[in-house]
Amino acid sequence: MILPVASFLTDQDFINVLYIVAFSLFIIGMQRLTKPSTARQGNMIAAVGMGFAVLGALLTPSTGDYGLIALGVAIGVIVGVPAARQVKMTAMPQMVALFNGVGGGAVALISWAEYRHYIGDLGGNPPLETLIPILFAAIIGSISFWGSNVAFGKLQEVIPGKPIVVPGQQIVNGLLLLAAVAAAIAIASGSESEGLFVLILVAAAILGNMVVLPIGGADMPVVISLLNALTGLSAAAAGIALDNTALIVGGIIVGASGTILTKLMAEAMNRSIPSIVAGGFGGATAISSSGDDGEAKSYTSTDAADVAIQLAYATKVVVAPGYGMAVAQAQHTVRELADELEKRGVEVLYAIHPVAGRMPGHMNVLLAEADVPYDALKEMDEINPEFPQVDVTLVIGANDVTNPAARTDEGSPIYGMPILDVDKSGTVIVLKRSMNTGFAGIDNPLFYNDNTSLLFGDAKASVADVLTEIKAV
Amino acid sequence: MDLITEITILVLAAFVGFEVISKVPNTLHTPLMSATNAIHGIVVLGGILVIGSADGFFSKAILVIAIAFGTINVVGGFLVTDRMLEMFKKRPEPKKQVAEAAEASK
Repeated sequence: MILPVASFLTDQDFINVLYIVAFSLFIIGMQRLTKPSTARQGNMIAAVGMGFAVLGALLTPSTGDYGLIALGVAIGVIVGVPAARQVKMTAMPQMVALFNGVGGGAVALISWAEYRHYIGDLGGNPPLETLIPILFAAIIGSISFWGSNVAFGKLQEVIPGKPIVVPGQQIVNGLLLLAAVAAAIAIASGSESEGLFVLILVAAAILGNMVVLPIGGADMPVVISLLNALTGLSAAAAGIALDNTALIVGGIIVGASGTILTKLMAEAMNRSIPSIVAGGFGGATAISSSGDDGEAKSYTSTDAADVAIQLAYATKVVVAPGYGMAVAQAQHTVRELADELEKRGVEVLYAIHPVAGRMPGHMNVLLAEADVPYDALKEMDEINPEFPQVDVTLVIGANDVTNPAARTDEGSPIYGMPILDVDKSGTVIVLKRSMNTGFAGIDNPLFYNDNTSLLFGDAKASVADVLTEIKAV
Repeated sequence: MDLITEITILVLAAFVGFEVISKVPNTLHTPLMSATNAIHGIVVLGGILVIGSADGFFSKAILVIAIAFGTINVVGGFLVTDRMLEMFKKRPEPKKQVAEAAEASK
């Protein structure tokens, strides 16, 4: 153990000081990130910490090939900066998934290169205290890379958001994990084989795909958070293999905080992490909805003029926004509508489900973008008791988070998930594109209630129509 | 550094990670996930540290890709988080004034 402060500052000591500064800044940054007023500053502090860490790595005497390093960094900047700058706020969750994936990919590739270095140049397997972390990093990194890519594909709707179920899924997954671990044990117990190492990477890659594919879109935020924690763990393992404190600390604080964050998110959805990973929404859905709904269900549709009258003469209106509102870019028009109603003395509140949008807090970001007043945003626990006093609830592009089946239908896959009790308000107006089911692929009984009417069409156009009609009332 | 020292650091840092996150408002979950996502981009250090000693075109190529991936993770992650948080920043100020003005006019 080197004590940089006590001894004379040799190169390696100085570098370790840089690492200490770096991970201290990570921790301070994360602390600030937990409060809205200091969050942005916290992110910048963490970024500065990363600068110190990279500086330390560049100054390390054994570091070489600066040309290739510059090439890698240049490619990363050219790809990463425009991607981060241009991504729409609505597409933020899949962007985070993608950034997480490349992190996991980097871990897997580094562990592969490091193993090649040992067996090729140094003539044999590394000592176990290096080898085991390398193998661990390879497995987890590869799972994280491929899992995140599938999560990206699902959120981007390149891959269907509905669960994709393969028969014997669990058994296949078990066998894949077994194959990866068995190959890792074979290497650890003395086999020197790059072939086995590649087998580990491939088995973990298929496993990453297989685990995330059957998970329904609605669970995706939890999955991304879980994969984020896993990438952190694999980075920490790489840190042990490379004897690098910055990597160990940076990786493990993400692993630890990511685990907590995943648990918080899963709790907000009343889902347990094991049941999400074991197989998502879906299997039970078909059985449940075909079983109890023999008769054709009827719904009431309405028009903009009618909605305008109901809103204009209400005293309290709640907007329950969902991802559909964001996709239609309707948030600005919704704010204009709310402003117009407030001019007429109507109280307008926004009911924010913890997982509205596609990630916890995603909806707050989207509404903030449209300058919706902070104090009009009500969290679920705060607004739910108020619904019986609400005259009109406008459900805009939200579906699963308003589904009363979560309260009543034990057969429903979302049974037990906390929802916005919009059905308890006087009138519910649902703005929908069509009668399709939501992202989770589950039918919503709310649409067939007597006090619910549906306004079909693009959310933005519908809200604009209602706004025009209100101005005419 | 010996293994047990590294494990000591690992365990202590894990507790720091648990502690820091235990109280976070829902609103900040997404930015926080995104920021911690950027922090694990620190794996880019691994690529930088080993590329010099790696032999052969294939190993070097793997590591250039790893460094590029790590850089995307770091740079993209912090930028995206900043964009999210920028929106939180400007929100309360003007609205507070509006609310105060409304209060005053009553």
